Amino acid sequence: MSLYHVQKLLYLLNRDGELRRRFQGDRAAVLEGYELTAEERGAITAPDIGLLYVLGVNGQLLMHYAALCGLEWNAYLEAMRDGVRRHGPVRAGVYAMVPD
Amino acid sequence: MPLVFAGACSHAPGITGRAERAEPAARDRFYAALERLRQALEAARPDALIVVAAEHFANFFMNNMPAFALGMADHYEGPIEDERFLRIARRRVPGHRDLSERLIRRVMDEIDVAYAEEWLLDHGIAVPLSFLTPRFDLPIIPANINCQGPPLAPLHRAYAFGRALRSAADAVPERVALIGTGGLSHWPATPNSGKINEAWDREFLRRWSAHDKAALLSYSDAETYREGGQGGFEIRTFIAVAGAAAGATGEVWCYEPIPIFAVGCTVAVMHLGQ
Repeated sequence: MSLYHVQKLLYLLNRDGELRRRFQGDRAAVLEGYELTAEERGAITAPDIGLLYVLGVNGQLLMHYAALCGLEWNAYLEAMRDGVRRHGPVRAGVYAMVPD
Repeated sequence: MPLVFAGACSHAPGITGRAERAEPAARDRFYAALERLRQALEAARPDALIVVAAEHFANFFMNNMPAFALGMADHYEGPIEDERFLRIARRRVPGHRDLSERLIRRVMDEIDVAYAEEWLLDHGIAVPLSFLTPRFDLPIIPANINCQGPPLAPLHRAYAFGRALRSAADAVPERVALIGTGGLSHWPATPNSGKINEAWDREFLRRWSAHDKAALLSYSDAETYREGGQGGFEIRTFIAVAGAAAGATGEVWCYEPIPIFAVGCTVAVMHLGQ
């Protein structure tokens, strides 16, 4: 489990414009610097917002990564629901989906 | 100079970012209450504004997470969010390093607060400022309570943080105002975004307005998570405002559940000087 490193990368992307530019140019090169599982690497690269949600990425980080990836608000909410449908319930953290 | 103003309001990014998608009448009542709050703040003639917010990883991460932090710089940058997402232009907001330092020294008598000479504003501060100081010209002192990455400081420490801010503000010659920003129940950034537990919110605001300290501090995090979602952990900011207004009762000027804003939109003040 290297959720901490997934979240750290998203935290840094949210606040560092230069890192964002490098990331958008060559995602793989930036990911080299982080301890990530293949599943996490794939979810970040795709990007698979739904899987990142299920992995337990804090919503305050994922919301901005989704925006960075160009997802409009409703598409972002749907991506999370779709992630739960495909991968099952959120595995960690405090942002789990609950009954409405 | 005794603290000149204490209030609280919501800070959700949808308040500015998704404005046109809200039910117009409810939204406009909320905006009108924010305008009333702006006028009340202005009438208090503050030299500086402490904004007690629940930071969302703009500055602090789990590699080094302070329970409580205060900014100590002459200016701050923000908002950190995409300008199209938040619809607030990125800018420099004035701070007051010297005042910050004097306040921090006093707060440290009671709370082991972290200080930060750099601070990026996120929606927790930028959204309220866009209504309360729309020219972003009043020097601010950003304050953060960790409401994101558990373990979180217990509620009685959030109250004590507010009390320490009050003691510090009372001890400086400047006219200091204080505002807390945060949500009550909400499930932001989840598929449940828009879920609001109105009954739980109203009971919290009843306790807050009555300054029923024992009841206000009696919530466990498990209860808050169950009834108010992970966003409910931000009640710490409202509790800090109560701590800063010890002895005073409050008044809720607005409570409007607005699902597209993801929160029960609240504007409230504490009646200082009672």
